[in-house]
Parts: sequence; structure tokens; C-alpha cells
Amino acid sequence: MNIQFKDETFRDDYTFKNSDEAIKRFPFPFDKDSYMYAVNMEPHTPVREGSVYYNSFDVDEHYVSEMRDRAMVLDDDPLRCQSLPHMELAGWDLLELIMVEKAKDYPDLFELHRDGDNWHWINKPLGIDDKFTFMDATTLPYGPMEYITRQTQGDFCVLDQRDDNLWMDAGMVTTQADWSLDFDIGMNFFEWHAPVPLAHEKGIFVRALKFLLNIQQGAPARRLNWTMTVNPLLDTSPENYHKWGIQKTTLTPENIGNKQHLRVELQTFFRLPRSNALVFPIRCYLIKLEELVTYPKWARRFHRVIRDLPVELATYKGFIDNRPMIIDYLSQFDDGAETSPGVWPED
Amino acid sequence: MAKTEFEPSIRSRPVYGELEAKNGKAHLFIADADGAGAILDMAKSAPKDFFDKAHIIYIPKDSGDKYTDQLKALGAKQFYAGPSYEASVTRIQRVLADASNGLQIYLSGTEGLMGQAMREATNVGYPYSAIQTEHRGSKARRMQCVHCKGVTEDVITDPFECSHCGLNLFVRDHYSRRLAAFQGVCVDAEDPGNVPDKVEIT
Amino acid sequence: MSSGAAKIAVKVTDVVEVNELVKRFKFERTDGGLMPTFSGGAHTVVSMDDHGTPRLNPYSLMSSPLDRSAYTISVRRDDEGRGGSLFMHNHVKKGMDMTISNPVNLFSLDLRARKHLMIAGGIGITPFLSQIAQLDSMNGNFELHYAVRTKSLGSYVDELTAQHPNDVNVYYDDKKEAIDLENLLDGQPLGTHLYVCGPKGMIDWVRKSAQEAGWPRETVHYEEFLAPEPGKPFEVKLAVSNKVIQVGETQSLLEAIEAAGVDAPYLCRGGACGMCETEVIGYDGKFIHNDHWLEESEHNNGKKIMPCVSRFEGKTLVLDR
Repeated sequence: MNIQFKDETFRDDYTFKNSDEAIKRFPFPFDKDSYMYAVNMEPHTPVREGSVYYNSFDVDEHYVSEMRDRAMVLDDDPLRCQSLPHMELAGWDLLELIMVEKAKDYPDLFELHRDGDNWHWINKPLGIDDKFTFMDATTLPYGPMEYITRQTQGDFCVLDQRDDNLWMDAGMVTTQADWSLDFDIGMNFFEWHAPVPLAHEKGIFVRALKFLLNIQQGAPARRLNWTMTVNPLLDTSPENYHKWGIQKTTLTPENIGNKQHLRVELQTFFRLPRSNALVFPIRCYLIKLEELVTYPKWARRFHRVIRDLPVELATYKGFIDNRPMIIDYLSQFDDGAETSPGVWPED
Repeated sequence: MAKTEFEPSIRSRPVYGELEAKNGKAHLFIADADGAGAILDMAKSAPKDFFDKAHIIYIPKDSGDKYTDQLKALGAKQFYAGPSYEASVTRIQRVLADASNGLQIYLSGTEGLMGQAMREATNVGYPYSAIQTEHRGSKARRMQCVHCKGVTEDVITDPFECSHCGLNLFVRDHYSRRLAAFQGVCVDAEDPGNVPDKVEIT
Repeated sequence: MSSGAAKIAVKVTDVVEVNELVKRFKFERTDGGLMPTFSGGAHTVVSMDDHGTPRLNPYSLMSSPLDRSAYTISVRRDDEGRGGSLFMHNHVKKGMDMTISNPVNLFSLDLRARKHLMIAGGIGITPFLSQIAQLDSMNGNFELHYAVRTKSLGSYVDELTAQHPNDVNVYYDDKKEAIDLENLLDGQPLGTHLYVCGPKGMIDWVRKSAQEAGWPRETVHYEEFLAPEPGKPFEVKLAVSNKVIQVGETQSLLEAIEAAGVDAPYLCRGGACGMCETEVIGYDGKFIHNDHWLEESEHNNGKKIMPCVSRFEGKTLVLDR
């Protein structure tokens, strides 16, 4: 595998874009021409070499730039990374999981050498070479969760499991779809999902929780979620909403193909062995409408999904005002032809 | 004044019940203003000698002396009336630090008082779901500005102005026990200056 | 996806007679690799081939979670049981190849606790052994109260008292010693969590006493693996797979479903985890619910059954499986 890491920005001049290769492997979330919430869990096992589903933690061309953006967010607001005191053990679990998996899946990029508790971690893309003592936080520059998630794409929620519920007791959250870790930390599964419309009534969260409580060691699961974002802004946080919210009003029929992005979250779930906690990585992938429509199947289907989405969902996902313009843009790529089942662009 | 009824809301919005005497080695009551009424109502059906093991911490706020004598008459082992929550909080912390499992906790009055007292209890390991609560009196909310993180006390309108950064915020039902506050979010981010008229929180 | 946690091929590398009722078994990976890490209180499900009858029994891991070279379990012989423990005692020898499951934890420590108060009875000591090893490594604050029948039947009493003289208290039934629970529950600091594992009577007693002393439900943790109770044979129709099966006297409903070649979800096989919960489509008769999972209302409304431990008596039972 040979990844060309890009030098790009997710703020100010927004130079982010996807290569042809990245477009092709984009995790398009719609397997049919309509969308409604579903638990839609599946085992997180490798699918199609080269796809984002192939490795435990996908590393792509945006890695180095995304990590730089994360560091900037944390400099501005350290509260984006927090861990309640009882979660340090889970932090070590997470550090071990990520280091072991990345070293196995990307041996040319990451190396982990272990001699008992003396560990040596090499991250070539970020130029990191650290020796530390496993389970001794004083030997790392940050706590274990913060250390490893400053080096891993995607947000991370670390969930304590007790009283037949999951509790958001630690996390690294800088690429979120408009929710605040600082506000939600300590909440249970139903509470942090409280603002989501329709899904509670449909019993989605009760079923999802039951599934998640039973996730076993060595048997991770995954699902996809999605929303819409104007400009390739990773940090769509409530904290900064008063700054970025206005960008939603800058769409025009001329710039929409470049400015409007589909934002897909690849959510995975791993049981952590020492703490019996669950880690919930939320990996954000962005694609411009003009990139997405290069595959006719995706263009047709996405038009139909957006057009037919219930108003509550379009409102919750924050694009109700822009929906007419998005539909107008997408409709020119929809000739009404049938689409093949499944998410893959060329099947 | 009876217990407050609220419209059904989202799952993160606290739900309050009605105080009820429970088995316990000790009983800690923390109440403000009309919250005293909840204790007095509960006392009517409490077992004899129940208040021998009770400690009542009461913050009258604008109800003045209205309930104080009646509360005292319950015969709690300890009774304290404080001028404000802030003035009482170190006492609350001291009581919780000394307490042992078997303590029952009863909170009544406004959401701000109950939320903050609950936070003190959970900080020392008391499960929030085992704490009894009953809402009485003002529906004013303690609001955190999600942008500047400042907390504005006793918010009675939606939207309201953050007392720290001055942004116009709308009042969400999303509630954080850890912050003991509801979330306030900028109401005119997508259309600066277009702030809806204030309405009273119900 | 097949049911249950992932499987591990292991070799029995040691069998030790701890006392006249308890044997300890040590498992190492057949491929020489490391065992998965686990958390204190976890169990593994051991697969046995008892002369043609498959048996899957959960046993708490008692080794240190820090030691990945091997897992150890202790099995108390139950002469009246369905045969799983007898098979372990009589037929499992050093050098045998077996299959066990990845660890699953339904009895984990609440890591927020300021103090862990543990109460064990008999073989119920095993999950506490791994929990104590974990707490030791984290400087955790714990206190163990352990009731055994006699000195000779006190599994691991010597090791525990030698390693933790100040934190371990042992009570011998034959000396008329008993845990003074009322006093023990009085005066524990806020943030203390209570854990109990042992015979059903002990678990009920501890939970009830804690409730009467005003301990919040959320601070009381217990684990009890139920063995499926034998009962009258019964017939079941599996609607999805369109099969009619017979459940034998000493067979569980789950085992009968599996024996018919139908893949049914499970984890603990002891009525605790909720994984095997099955919808009832129709019935004429009465349920014998033995699980800890369903609510009382669900036990009464005839819509769900936990086939790992519960049974049925009557004319017809149709399941969504």
C-alpha cells in the first residue's frame, strides 16, 4: 500500500479535496433509493481490499492533514478531549488496540515493538518515535487516550458499561456532527441520543443498546451514519456554531457542487479487554457533491434520498433550508434510470 | 403549591417525582423556596421517628420565613437555613464526605438547586438514579452557554442573553447532570441579528 | 455469523485437585500464542463433548487478567447436576485438547468505586480472584468476606490470607462462624460498591439486606450462573426454520434447538446475559422461567423465553426461531 498524504486544510481556505482513488473508496451509505433510521449493524470484518472497511482503523490520504487540524482544535479548546478519572484503564486498552492493529495493517507506516511493559511506537507519517512504559501515564506526553487519538483519524467515544447501559465517560471529539463532548460527557446511551428525532419512537435505540452491550472481544461491529456539511469543515462543533453556522447561507447554484459535502460517519464498536468498556470510533469522511456525482449510480440515488427524506430528518441534519438547492443540483444527474442494489459505485 | 407538572420531553431532560420516605441509616434533605412544601407533604406519611436521623438544609430564597417554622417543627436532628446555595455548598460537601452507604437523599425545589446538589452527591459516588427529587416553584433554568461555557442562573425566557459572552441563546431541553445545566445555543448564527421574541419558559 | 463469543483452541496443561470437591484446570493456546486480555470477573464458556452429548458451561476466570500465558478455572463437582462438572472432574486430563470461548464479562468491577466490598460463598470465590488481581495492579481498595463450609473445603483460603492478610476475612460454617452482614453494611463510605457471588440463598440474603439498609440498587452487583434445571420433556415448533423438536428431560431448550441444527444466539448460557432471548409466537401451557434477564411482567405475559435455562409444560409452544 502506498498512500500519498496530502497537505490540505479543513478551515479558512478549505483546500481539502478527494483524489479519484479516494472518491472511489468513499463509504457511500445508501444501499437503496430511500433512507430511514435503522440499527443497521454488521460485523466489522474486512470487505473488499482497498475499501474503508478493510482494516480495523482506516488510514487514508487525508491522515496527516486531519491530525494537524485536530491539534489546532485542541490548542483552541482543550475540553474537546476529556476522560473521567475511572476511564484511564480503558484509555490504555484503546492505545493498545490501535497500536497493535495499525502496526499489523500498515507495517510500512507504523511499528510497535514490545518487551514486557517497555513499548516502542513509531509513527512514520507523523514523525513520532516514542519509548514508554505501558500503563504508566507519566511516560507519555498525554494521557493514553489523548496520545493515541491525536494520531488516529476519527472521533473516539469511550463508553463505560454498567447498569445495563453505556456511559459516555471519555472521548476525543473534534470532527463531530454538531454535538458537544464537554456537555454530553457522563451521559448514558439514551441521554446523549436524546436530541435525535423519530428514532426513539421507533425503538431504534433500545435495540441498538442491546446489541452494543453484547459486543464481544475480538468481534467488533460497524454501521454508517451521515449528514450534510457546507465547506469541508471537520470541526462542526456546537461550541463554534456561532462562527460556522453562517457558512450554511453561502451556497449558490454556482458553488454548490464544490461547497456542499456529504458527510459520512463510519462508526465502529470494539470491546476493550481490561476495562470491559466499549470504544466507539466515529470516522468522518467528506465528499463534495461534484465528486460524488462522478459515479452515476450514486448521483441518481443520492438525489432520490435527499428529495424524499422526512422533514424532521432534514431539519435535524441541519440542511432543511438548503434542501431545494441541493435537489436542484442533483436532479440534473438523475435520468430516472434504475439503480443497482448495494453501496458500491460500479456494481 | 403542589409539585410541578412538565410536558413530556426528550430523554436527557430530568424527570422529577414525588418525595417518599425510604429505608435508610440517615436522611439528607436539600431544598429551596417552595421545595419546603415537598418535605412537609412527605412528612405527613413518614414513619414515626423518621426525622430523628434527618438533616435538612434549606435555602428559603424569596419565600423568606414562610416555611421555616414548619420545617423546624419536623424535629430533624439537624436543621440549617442558608442564605444561598453558594453559601451552603461547603456544608453539603462536608455532610456528604462524612456520610456512609445507607444514606437517603431527598432534593426538592428548583431545577438549579436540585441539579447542583445532585452533582455534589454523585461526585462522592452516590448514584444519581437513587436520589429522590420533586420539583416545586419556579421553572427558571440554569443554562450553560455551549459557546463560552459560562452558566447563566435563573433563566426564565427563551431566547435569553448569555450573562457572560452576550450571545442570544435558545433554550434546549438537553441537560447535563455533570454541569447541572441545560444547553443554550446561539439562536441567530445563520441569520445574525434575527432574534425571535422572548417567550416565558414553561 | 455463528453464535456465542469467538472460540479458542486450547490444551489442558494442568489439572490440580484443590480439595475433595474442587478441581482447577489450566488452559493454554494450542497454537502457542497469548490468550486474550480480560477484565476481572469475566467468564469463559467451556465446550465439552460428553460422550456424544455437547455441553457448554460457563466458568469464571480465576487467573490474573495480567497473565496472558494461560487461563485457569475452578470447577466444583456437582453430583446431582446434569453432568458438565462431572465430565470436567472425571474425564478432563492434562494434555487434552478442548475449546473455550473468548472471555465475556457480566460481573465487572465498577471502576468508579471508592471501595469494593466483596462477599463470596464457596466456589463463588472464583470471579473475585481475578478481580482482586486486577485491583492489586491498580492499587484498588477492596475487602473480601468469604464463607466456606470447612477448612479443608476452603478453596484458595491460604493463598488469599497470605497475600492480603488485612483485606481478607474467612468464615467457617462448621465453626458456626457467619458474616455479620448488618454490621458490615453499616458505615461503609459513600461510593462503596458491593459484590456478591455464591449460592442463591446467599445472593438473595445479601441483596435483601443491602436494600433494607438503604444501599442504592446501582451499588449492588451479583453474579449467579444458573444451570438449566431438568424437567419434563416437551415439544416445540420452530417457526422460522420450520422444525418440530423434542426437548429431553436433562436437555435445555437451547441445547435442543442447537441439536436440531438451528443456529441460535447465546453468550452466557446461564440466564444472565440476555443474548438468547426468543420471541414466543404461540403457546398453550405454562412457562417455567428460570432466568435473571426478563422482567417479572415479561415472565407473565407469555411473549418471551430465555431458552438457555427456561422450560415449558403444556400442549404447544411455537418460537420465532
